[in-house]
Amino acid sequence: MIRVVNLHKSFGRQRVLTGINLEIPKRAIYAIIGSSGAGKSCLLKHFIGLLRPDQGEVWVDGEELSALRGRALDRVRARFGMLFQGGALFDSLSVYDNVAFPLREKTRLSEREIHEKVYERLAQVGLPEAATKFPAELSGGMRKRVALARALVSEPEILLFDEPTTGLDPIRVNAIHQLILDLHHLLRFTAVIVSHEIPEIFSLATHVAMLHQGVITAAGTAAEIQASTDPAVQQFISGRIEGPIEIN
Amino acid sequence: MFTLARYCARAAYRTISEMGRMGLFFGQTVLQIFVPPLRFAQLIRRIHFVGARSLLLIIFTGAFTGMVVAFQGYIALRRFGGEAFLGPGVGLSLIRELGPVLSALMITARAGSALTAELGIMRITEQIDALEVMALNPIKYLVVPILLAAVITFPLLNAIFVVTGIYGGYLVGVELLGVSSGSYFSQMSSAVTSEDIWSGLYKSLSFGAIVAWVCCYKGFYAERGAEGVSHATTQAVVMSSVLILVWDYFLTSVLF
Repeated sequence: MIRVVNLHKSFGRQRVLTGINLEIPKRAIYAIIGSSGAGKSCLLKHFIGLLRPDQGEVWVDGEELSALRGRALDRVRARFGMLFQGGALFDSLSVYDNVAFPLREKTRLSEREIHEKVYERLAQVGLPEAATKFPAELSGGMRKRVALARALVSEPEILLFDEPTTGLDPIRVNAIHQLILDLHHLLRFTAVIVSHEIPEIFSLATHVAMLHQGVITAAGTAAEIQASTDPAVQQFISGRIEGPIEIN
Repeated sequence: MFTLARYCARAAYRTISEMGRMGLFFGQTVLQIFVPPLRFAQLIRRIHFVGARSLLLIIFTGAFTGMVVAFQGYIALRRFGGEAFLGPGVGLSLIRELGPVLSALMITARAGSALTAELGIMRITEQIDALEVMALNPIKYLVVPILLAAVITFPLLNAIFVVTGIYGGYLVGVELLGVSSGSYFSQMSSAVTSEDIWSGLYKSLSFGAIVAWVCCYKGFYAERGAEGVSHATTQAVVMSSVLILVWDYFLTSVLF
């Protein structure tokens, strides 16, 4: 479904991605792991055309994203939903209006239909009572759940999660993971998750890829990656200080 | 020597690149004005923010500017026995120059800086990226209403500035310094032509576009972190203010 071929990306003199090759199957829960600053979020933003590669290609079901502009790109983006690191909720809108926003802007649904869909999604993330609140009144975990409801409301085929549990306590981490799993069973979307949550991510993801020094050093099923003998993967999973991953 | 030359070349390259990006940003914004739908709710919200909420500031600064001009004008005119020309002096200086420039500078300080900070925060908290992910054009959604609101409100606020300035001048010139009330207004109405009023209007229209353009650009491309937003806000206010004065000179000398 998503195929990345020899992707390179630099910012000024800093080379972030230096030849990424990756294939994400349909309906998988695909986790991308790697140390902080490895370029995971940068890679994720290429999947939806928020960043354009310096070299290489990103294919989504036979369409090469960097070749698309304007409406053609919008058509592909309409198949995606994204949960940003901080939620990226609109400060000036209430929780209800935030979740309703994509429907009001991109569909011709009546306010009644929108109301139903918004409350359905808010109920799925366990926050129907927060509809009238504003993002500033929510905790970090609640904000992420509202952002998840907003990402889901337009029923995307592919959902991108940029560190959906960063900064949350272990109970909330598991709650968010369980929520993603439940919603995945229910809605059957393809999920790509950038995460640091080791070992919890292995019980959520069907596939895992390790990003290290600008390339994918290991990719496979969650069980394969856990059993990998790659020193960088083992160091990352075990959290050891010594190893090929240097601490800057 | 070589290092200095390289530094200068880099600085020139950065400046030209920045100017190019700013030009493209303005071009995209103007283009998006003509792409439906026009978001009226956003436009009204921005008109309220830029216009209505700047009203008190404009009335206050307009009145005091008129009062100061009347005082200074009276002192200068009295030396030549020309106190009767105080009205035209106050009127022309406010309509042609002080009204458009000072009102634009005031709105930049109040609304322009806030708009840069708002867009900058939206950038660093990925709200602008979220709009793109939803297949919405953030320039269309965020910048076009601001540009239109500025072009609509700047001339109106300028008119209010000028009127309060003229009455501020009246208060000082007529009520305080004893200039004849009749001559203050009659001399003003015979001296001020429609060309003077149009020149003020053109100026405030273009200042509105400049302030919206610069402040939105700086906020839209703010770099990461609170420091980035603070830097963008400072740059937006400084650049808008300088551009207002430079453009004012250009318009005054070339067009009028």
